[in-house]
Amino acid sequence: MSGHATYQPQNAFMKWMERRLPIAGLVYSSFVAYPTPRNLNYWWTFGGILSFMLGAQIITGIILAMHYTPHVDLAFKSVEGIMRDVNYGWLIRYLHSNGASMFFVAVYIHIARGMYYGSYKEPREVLWILGVIIYLLMMATGFMGYVLPWGQMSYWGAVVITNLFGAIPVVGDSVVAWLWGGYSVGNPTLNRFFSLHYVLPFAIAGVVVLHIWALHVVGQNNPTGIDPKSDKDTVAFTPYATIKDGFVMVCFCLLYAWFVFYVPNYLGHADNYIPANPAVTPTHIVPEWYYLPFYAILRAIPNKLLGVAALGGSIVILAFLPWLDTSKVRSARYRPLYRQFFWMYIATVIGLGYLGSQPPEGIYVIAARILTIYYFGFFIIVLPLLGMFEKTKPLPNSISESIFPAGAPASKAKA
Amino acid sequence: MIKRTALSFAVAFVLGAALAAPVMAAEGTPHPPRNKWSFAGPFGTFDRAQLQRGFKVYREVCSVCHSIELLTFRNLSEPGGPGYSAAQAATVAAEFKIPDIDDSGQPTERPGRPADAFPKPFANDAQARNTHGAVPPDMSVLAKARTYERGFPWFLLDMVTQFQEHGPDYIVALMHGYKEKPADFQLPEAAYYNEYFPGHVIKMKAPLTDGQVTYDDGSPATVDQYSKDIAAFLVWAAEPHMEQRKRIGLQVMLFLIVLSGLLYFTKKKVWSAVH
Ligand code: HEC
Ligand code: HEM
Repeated sequence: MSGHATYQPQNAFMKWMERRLPIAGLVYSSFVAYPTPRNLNYWWTFGGILSFMLGAQIITGIILAMHYTPHVDLAFKSVEGIMRDVNYGWLIRYLHSNGASMFFVAVYIHIARGMYYGSYKEPREVLWILGVIIYLLMMATGFMGYVLPWGQMSYWGAVVITNLFGAIPVVGDSVVAWLWGGYSVGNPTLNRFFSLHYVLPFAIAGVVVLHIWALHVVGQNNPTGIDPKSDKDTVAFTPYATIKDGFVMVCFCLLYAWFVFYVPNYLGHADNYIPANPAVTPTHIVPEWYYLPFYAILRAIPNKLLGVAALGGSIVILAFLPWLDTSKVRSARYRPLYRQFFWMYIATVIGLGYLGSQPPEGIYVIAARILTIYYFGFFIIVLPLLGMFEKTKPLPNSISESIFPAGAPASKAKA
Repeated sequence: MIKRTALSFAVAFVLGAALAAPVMAAEGTPHPPRNKWSFAGPFGTFDRAQLQRGFKVYREVCSVCHSIELLTFRNLSEPGGPGYSAAQAATVAAEFKIPDIDDSGQPTERPGRPADAFPKPFANDAQARNTHGAVPPDMSVLAKARTYERGFPWFLLDMVTQFQEHGPDYIVALMHGYKEKPADFQLPEAAYYNEYFPGHVIKMKAPLTDGQVTYDDGSPATVDQYSKDIAAFLVWAAEPHMEQRKRIGLQVMLFLIVLSGLLYFTKKKVWSAVH
């Protein structure tokens, strides 16, 4: 990965600066000269999209916070005030509420990409775990954000989720009272959620820096899963990756704009336009779509404590992926069996997502139990065993050979 | 490559959804029939005359029981709404009595001003519940606060077709839904049977009858027309900047489409050096 030019300050000021704080050099080596595998496909553009979405959430969020009032009697009205009376307030709010969903769309694609191409394997374990931490922080941030408008779903979602901590043996009830800041979800809860919702995105930004740092130490994975061997296997980040990322980011913004301008409430719940009312429980309490698979797992298990443990476990287990997957081959391209189990896993998560939105009764519960078994089975049984029994396809000798196969066209890989 | 992955994804998606989607549990509430709305779709705009008629229905009928506290009189003359002039909005405001405190500190009432919000018809929820048997919900965002389940696969298609008029369709249906109760149905005291209301037992008496409100633009004075007009008015009240949103949306979409095209060809050019 050597041979790429290093930063040469061009004018006197930059020369002066570079000897004191080599920030231009850092940017240059990270985002200009940085070698990226030449065979990256479009699934590799979601990291850039995620950074963009984090920035978008922080900027729209700071503007919202200028007009929002974190008080049980005023929160709903202040959000409606943003929608009605703040100049382009409707735009800022819809960008923020739909931005959260787009952020999760991107993170799910990003995670699935990592799983398909084995990006979590040696030497990228720490990079992967940092990603899981970002995802957990995003979940916490999104949950607390959804509480802020203080509609019916905000309130009852907060009640259901905080009550989960009551399942902890012995100290459960004290933990819940501590989270609430009282004996029920109320004004202190709303205040602390606002405070945390404001600060966590900056914590995310910090972990993102670590994530990118780790990435730049170990280098990007690529669709073949084999390491770049020479300069022929890589291209410079700029212009190659920048232009590709830019193109996809604009396409992603098209999707984002579709929701913001045309169906801004599609991803939300009608009930959240009813002000919170502790005396009236909605018929179905449903979390935001991005939590639905985990909500289905929670409700599939009849015992509360085990349900909560499974809910937590279903996310935390991702962090152990580098050790659960025993195969030496990274990319699913060369793992015919893994590839099938992987797509079944994706189908399972989508199926669980649908079940999470349905009432927990009859056939829905049975289906959710079956899918929950596969969800965990994939990690605990399939992945460890596959590594031992799967017959993988021969790997190409290098990345460039996989693109320009010398001779035999049969070795042309597809993904 | 992309095609194959997209195909696998589609298969996984349909499999996942199909595994999980047996028939929708029929709860015995029929789906509200769909109406044609001038504000539907990417180019939708409100029909000014319809909003004015809807406002008349609100003022003469619904406002007796339902508040609309987030709406101000000045909203009536803002662009993208019913299209009243500022002077007309001020006249409407002056016809309402707004509770206030006078210079000596005593509670008093004064004529409304454009900046005032519509006053509530009752002092508090308890009073409303006592009079009407249930609290009539505030109407400011009511059109966005009601919906119904469309079930698989419609709820997915709605994302593409932009169908989002569940709320107004429901309000129209509710106005039509007062029927003779089935013989074996137990209806509590002071409640009414409504086909479209979840559970069918509603505390609101059918609010509209033919001929109740006089329209001066020649539109039919029927429950059907009233209910469509009030539903359209409530959509505007819930989303007063909808026209601006859709208009800017079109500009943004066009801009992004052109930009993505330019970036696509730039990308092709840049990468042609290494492909
Ligand atoms: C006599 C008082 C009264 C009048 C007049 C009235 N309503 Fe109501 N309305 C109520 C009450 C009470 C409820 C609550 C019903 C319940 O929860 O059972 C209600 C509820 C509603 C609901 C909510 C139903 C739901 O899904 O929760 C809608 C929509 C509605 N009214 C529309 C209207 C419209 C439109 C008008 C004017 C044409 C109107 N109402 C006039 C008393 C009234
Ligand atoms: C990781 C990034 C973020 C995510 C995923 C996120 C998510 C959310 C969500 C889901 C909502 C509810 C939207 C609604 O239904 O109205 C919300 C509301 C809100 N967020 Fe954020 N947010 C993020 C960052 C921020 C930041 C950095 C701030 C402030 C500096 C902020 C301030 C607010 C405020 C004031 C609201 C309430 C207003 C409203 O509901 O529209 N957010 N957020």
